[in-house]
Amino acid sequence: MRRVVITGLGLVTPVGTGVEYVWKQLLEGKSGIGPVEGFDISDLPSKIAGSPPVGNAAEGGFNADEWMAPKDQRKNDRFIVYGMAAADQAIMDAGWAPQDEDSLERTGVMIGSGIGGLETIYEGALTVKERGPRKLSPFFIPAVLINLVSGQVSIKYGFKGPNHSVVTACSTGAHAIGDAARLIMMDDADVMIAGGAEAAISRIGLAGFCASRALSTGYNDTPNKASRPWDKGRDGFVMGEGSGVLVLEEYEHAKKRGAKIYGEVVGYGLSGDAYHVTAPPEDGNGGYRAMRAALKRAGISAEDIDYINAHGTSTPLGDIIELGAVKQLFGESVNRVKMSSTKSAIGHLLGAAGAVEAIFCILALRDGVVPPTLNLDDPAPEAEGVDLVPHEPKEWKVRYALSNSFGFGGTNASLILSSAS
Amino acid sequence: MSDVAERVKKIVVEHLGVEESKVTEDASFIDDLGADSLDTVELVMAFEEEFGCEIPDDAAEKIVTVKDAINFIQENT
Repeated sequence: MRRVVITGLGLVTPVGTGVEYVWKQLLEGKSGIGPVEGFDISDLPSKIAGSPPVGNAAEGGFNADEWMAPKDQRKNDRFIVYGMAAADQAIMDAGWAPQDEDSLERTGVMIGSGIGGLETIYEGALTVKERGPRKLSPFFIPAVLINLVSGQVSIKYGFKGPNHSVVTACSTGAHAIGDAARLIMMDDADVMIAGGAEAAISRIGLAGFCASRALSTGYNDTPNKASRPWDKGRDGFVMGEGSGVLVLEEYEHAKKRGAKIYGEVVGYGLSGDAYHVTAPPEDGNGGYRAMRAALKRAGISAEDIDYINAHGTSTPLGDIIELGAVKQLFGESVNRVKMSSTKSAIGHLLGAAGAVEAIFCILALRDGVVPPTLNLDDPAPEAEGVDLVPHEPKEWKVRYALSNSFGFGGTNASLILSSAS
Repeated sequence: MSDVAERVKKIVVEHLGVEESKVTEDASFIDDLGADSLDTVELVMAFEEEFGCEIPDDAAEKIVTVKDAINFIQENT
């Protein structure tokens, strides 16, 4: 089987833009959660979220003009701009800018989103209702379609290989990486640009997740305390937005061109809950089977895993169910694994989460340090016996990292990443 | 240059992101100013908005150059 390595990374997150800057913020325990700005929230019970701080990329900020010409921004929802920004970073990091036809045809793109251009759809609906269909932009549809990040990236760089997109709610980013890796393994491509992008922090997005009773509402006055996975005081997730994109590459291809190799995608497992639209089953069986399948694919056992980047969204039910599934799978070796949720710092980036968190796993492998779970002041009793890395990062040699993503609809994905040796 | 011509050119510069000097009256939106077919639909909508007129689809199809737009607007507003 062809091996798949990671040769480029790109990030747009609520703690900043740019991989090294974001990682530094994360290890310093910075939170990217703040009050929602830019639209009316007076009648919404959740008033906080994590948006990428505005500023120039050189200072770790997000400035849309640096990534897309203003005239083109009007033709794309914000999630596409985020995705393009992360893809640009990853492609530059990988140094992969082929000009020959064969290389272009062997490079594909698989960047997904959980919801796509939600805010643009909302505004478009208002336009049609209030001003009539003739006033709707001809770019309305291509501005909102989820696969248009993949489309725009391919058009910008001329990548003519598989052009695909994943839509599996909060598992999107992880599925995109796993599925893109398989396209390389199956020899459909040598290089895949893979990840997720999301921009659902809008009046309708916040209202929707509030309506499904999924969001934190008790920390509106102390936003950076709101995302607190496994803490007794947790009361729902906090919306975040941004993008994570990776360059995946066939191992020999990367070696031949002397590319910097961050790590390898060694395991990928998928499962469905077949249970409920928003809640996981109490026994965590779906998550358990996704992790078990990833271990089997990697040809390793649970005790080989050094770090778990949990789905850990800070919801009362989900956090405990994931813990239970991990305990069941790991048995006694759960005592030595480190498990943290970086959503405590950046919130839940929905369809981008799995890709952003896979990048954090890669950086943990590279630097021998695991990022902390913020706000874990008073752990739930079920956390007994598991090191959830509260408050401070920990130096820890990571040979294999596991990243979990679970989505609405009961869709689960687990990735196992290792240093390529 | 008439007021209409100035306003038309300003819209073209903003929407297509081209330099003002390139927006001559003979310039074709697609051949000279880099527009695609969707851009031209958006341009026509912007003209309608700016001048408070309606440009039917069959008339819009005949608006190929900057001058075509100026003439249509001057004759129909």
